[in-house]
Amino acid sequence: MEKLQKILRKPLTAIIISILCGFLVGAVILGVAGYNPVNAYSALFSGIFSKPKYIIQVIIKATPLILTGLSVAFAFKTGLFNIGVEGQFIMGSIGAVLAGYLLPMPAPFHFIVVILSAMIFAGLWGSICGYLKAKFGIHEVITSIMLNWIALYLNNYMITLPFLKKPNSESSYEIGKTAWSVFLGNWKYSQDAKPFFKEHPVLGDVILRTDLNYGIIIAIIAVAVIWFLLNRTNKGYELRAVGFNNHAAQFAGINVKKNMIISMAVAGALAGLAGGLQITGVMPHRISTLSIHEGFGFDGISVALIAGNSPWGCILSGLLFGALKFGATSIQSKVGAPSEVINIVIGVIVFFVAMSSVLPMIADMLAKKQKGSEKDA
Amino acid sequence: MLNTISLGIVITLMYSAPLIFAGIGGVLTERSGVINIGIEGMMAFGAFVGAAVGYYSQNPWIAFLAAGCAGGSLALIHAIACISFRANQTISGVALNFMGSGLAVFMSRMLFDGATMTIPVPKKLPKILDGIEFTFIMAIIAAALLWFIMYKTKWGLRLIAVGEHPAAADTLGVNVYYVRYISVIISGVLAGFGGASLTLSVVSNFTPTVVSGQGFIALAAVIFGKWTPHGCVASCLLFGFAQALVVMLGGEGSIIPSQILAMLPYVLTILMLIIFDGRSTAPKASGVPYLKGVR
Amino acid sequence: MKDNTVYAVQMKGISKYFGDFCALNKVDLNIKKGSIHALLGENGAGKSTLMNILYGLYQADDGEIFINGEKVNMKNPGMAISKGIGMVHQHFMLVEPFTVAQNMILGNEITSHAGIIDYNKVREKIKDLSDKYKLYINPDEKIEDISVGMQQRVEILKALFRGADILILDEPTAVLTPQEIGELIEIMHKLVESGKTIIIITHKLSEIKQSSDTCTIVRRGNYIDTVNVSEVDETELASMMVGRSVDLHCHKKEVQTGEEIFKIENLVVKDSRGIEAVKGLNLSIKKGEILGIAGIDGNGQKELVEAITNMTHTESGKIIMNGVEIQNKTPLDTLNNKICTIPEDRHKHGLVLDFSVEENMALNGYKKENFSKNGVLNLKYIKDYAADLIEKFDIRPASCGKIKARSLSGGNQQKVIIAREVTNNPDLLIAVQPTRGLDVGAIEFVHSALIEQRDNGKAVLLVSLELDEVMDVSDRIAVIYDGQIVDILDAKDADENKIGLLMAGGGKDGKK
Repeated sequence: MEKLQKILRKPLTAIIISILCGFLVGAVILGVAGYNPVNAYSALFSGIFSKPKYIIQVIIKATPLILTGLSVAFAFKTGLFNIGVEGQFIMGSIGAVLAGYLLPMPAPFHFIVVILSAMIFAGLWGSICGYLKAKFGIHEVITSIMLNWIALYLNNYMITLPFLKKPNSESSYEIGKTAWSVFLGNWKYSQDAKPFFKEHPVLGDVILRTDLNYGIIIAIIAVAVIWFLLNRTNKGYELRAVGFNNHAAQFAGINVKKNMIISMAVAGALAGLAGGLQITGVMPHRISTLSIHEGFGFDGISVALIAGNSPWGCILSGLLFGALKFGATSIQSKVGAPSEVINIVIGVIVFFVAMSSVLPMIADMLAKKQKGSEKDA
Repeated sequence: MLNTISLGIVITLMYSAPLIFAGIGGVLTERSGVINIGIEGMMAFGAFVGAAVGYYSQNPWIAFLAAGCAGGSLALIHAIACISFRANQTISGVALNFMGSGLAVFMSRMLFDGATMTIPVPKKLPKILDGIEFTFIMAIIAAALLWFIMYKTKWGLRLIAVGEHPAAADTLGVNVYYVRYISVIISGVLAGFGGASLTLSVVSNFTPTVVSGQGFIALAAVIFGKWTPHGCVASCLLFGFAQALVVMLGGEGSIIPSQILAMLPYVLTILMLIIFDGRSTAPKASGVPYLKGVR
Repeated sequence: MKDNTVYAVQMKGISKYFGDFCALNKVDLNIKKGSIHALLGENGAGKSTLMNILYGLYQADDGEIFINGEKVNMKNPGMAISKGIGMVHQHFMLVEPFTVAQNMILGNEITSHAGIIDYNKVREKIKDLSDKYKLYINPDEKIEDISVGMQQRVEILKALFRGADILILDEPTAVLTPQEIGELIEIMHKLVESGKTIIIITHKLSEIKQSSDTCTIVRRGNYIDTVNVSEVDETELASMMVGRSVDLHCHKKEVQTGEEIFKIENLVVKDSRGIEAVKGLNLSIKKGEILGIAGIDGNGQKELVEAITNMTHTESGKIIMNGVEIQNKTPLDTLNNKICTIPEDRHKHGLVLDFSVEENMALNGYKKENFSKNGVLNLKYIKDYAADLIEKFDIRPASCGKIKARSLSGGNQQKVIIAREVTNNPDLLIAVQPTRGLDVGAIEFVHSALIEQRDNGKAVLLVSLELDEVMDVSDRIAVIYDGQIVDILDAKDADENKIGLLMAGGGKDGKK
């Protein structure tokens, strides 16, 4: 009994239960809609694990989500809700394409410049929210939603500009190959590689037929850097103090407003890094007209919430999301059920995470009951 | 010229109606002390249900009511989480936004052969007097009713008390949970009406982009309107006007690129919030779960 | 004889748990009809919890309640109200933007048809009630615009409006001047004459002697005794309350003042609503003295402290520390000029509750040498530093370095703040309401820490609403009224009545 109470108080328990609830509700919805949930979920899992290629695809899909999740988690730790991560992601993509197409450069530098450009674009975009909150007290949730839409239309506007628009398309030009972060990017399409891939078809599957890129390594490094920044440095101490209790932080001499702006700038830069890596690492290496948000940022919110805002947790929950998103296409193709069921599952998971205070409440109730029965005995 | 002005007014009122419904819903829930950023998702779900029921029943009124029920049922989930289980209100709202739009698109694919768009409804809600949308009239009536209830009746007194000082209301025998439940659910119904005002009057079918942030613009209108029904209506008219401008200035041969024009309502929202400082007038207990017996 | 006694309230064997914590353990309470009954205990002894159970706000885990001999299962306040119980809470339960009338009727509205409130009838009824009990009030004024004493009057009328026969007053005198306390006691006697029963929760012994007939003492959730007030003296009550014999006064050496170190000249500060709250205030403090500021809440104390700590900006005037002007700078400048503060609200300003105790200890030193180097925290040093202070200031549990400040008791949380601020070695220590909500042991600790600072030749500014505390600890007492210091008295020849009069605005200029 006591053990059960202890387990109920653990944050991890809440997250696992939330994930299970998400799948359960998803199953009910599938069932009501007339699909066999078992078939749907088995399609989902085989779509994720059955081939090495799929696993690589999941990692590729997860990379931007880990970073957008990290962006949201970082902002949460400093007391801000970065719902603007979607727009920051778009700004990062724009920054990456501008530098990647307009500034030709030799190989390693070009990649670095493109990524920096992405981070600066998105960092500035994010800091607008921080500034508006610090200076005018406007809640960041509303400004960042507005900025998300403004970023979307800005993206579409950029693509109309003659120097960027690829004729007869709804897209920009591709960035230079010098800026690609694709694994063995130059070699894998060359004539030299053909015999090698013929000999090793599995590697061919994994390398040639996917956008396998270095992004995941950079994402993991970013997680480590953010963890260190938050937990081992002065700045991180300040940011966390502001996040937990800005009144006490201000009272102790910490500049709360400055920290808000810094926090949103860093969060924005992380989202921009995600956008930049998506442009450099994944086909088609360009931006296109958007009619709706792609959701890299919004999914990042869920990633962060499921990770309990832990930077390292973002890697795991990012992978979970990458898997769900990638596997969802198999549900559609194999069972015929709309892949949006996964969005509902994700929504339900987040919803139960929001309710996770219920579990300690149950633990309290159990404790009380136990006390009662001890008294009676 | 006169025609342009009257056309402008008609379009403004048409775009304002969904915002007013959602906005006064926001006023209601925030005054009771529950933040509802899930309004966007409730609008999306309402917009879909309105369009779908409108298509199948061929009766826009039934469709409109159904949309209200749809919004209300999502709001009920929010209420259970935030009021009974003291969930984080912002996160729950985010989750509802996912669920609302997810459910809408999922069901659209199910019912309309895998399309994320519904087939246009055969009959839209009516217009009166030179093309003024009836939804606008209903929205204004709803806002007036809310104003009357809030400032003239005992329910309004209790509502405001619960949002400002729930413990005080509780000690006088007012059931804080009950008041909040009712407020949140009605706000969802109103958001559902708002969504239906989009798909049954502004356009005639549901698309995944039909709501596109209007739930959040409505929330901005709540703040800009100082959490009062009349202030909120005024702000919604302003934002409706911005959307009308987009339509009026856009189109063939416009000097301003349509993408830049499309930003206008969002830029305006931010500018309005900058001009108006909303820090001091928010209901005191907004966003704070109420729990008896906590020390 | 016992059978003839009519009890308005009987509570039998009441127990209440908050999680693992036992707030009440089988407490009994018997209150005779038409009497004034005091409920005495320290902060956290369970008095308010017991009354909140009687009022239906909390439900007891065990025990029975009888009202006028009838057993009642008190489920909610609505039920308590219908049984004729009214409660005036320590923190007033008033909706600030509402008018007096709106607060009075909330939950019990007088309506015409369709739920529309009939304010004319409401005003009439309030007037009748005011006349009957001689508690006059303007029904159309907003709560945020009336004085604390008036607000309390509204609270009492609110209960009477609902037909209360049994009135619970929770720490009713905490915010009043000595004169207002006198008036309140008069009102209480008047109410009893008209047949009401009153329960007064307090930890102030003199008031019990003045007001009550009988007194029940609770200590750490346990019932101790019920006594006739006329048969015991204050010392006996005190030792029953605390569980050991206590010295009600603190002892200190003769004051040894040095040069003037801190000075305020013609300070003007506006409050959050933009109204002037500090109106040309002057003050100076010397090394080696404790200057106490006495006053009723809302006379500019909050804004004064906010101005010194740079949490708000000043309109005009100077704040000078060691010859340096510090007004309209940042909180960091206040800190760098060797002013440390024990803030009024320890949860809001004093601690980051979700930080560990160690992290809280580093809150004003994390940037200093040793704590961090090149922007990277020295966790080992912070840990040792905190462990050192935990031992020195006897913060419990002794191994609390890694646990969240949230889970410490109020007294130990306050010790964390005091340890941090005192170790920062300030030239001026500001303590605002430093003993609020603490038990006697912790209060003694706080007072001796302040006195130790003074004995070390440092300056101390004590701001407190508890007049007893100000009179007991300070060397000089500055009385604040309406944003100005109306008089400064030597603590040795200050008397309570005189200060009380000054606090109420009866200053030297003869306003009253």
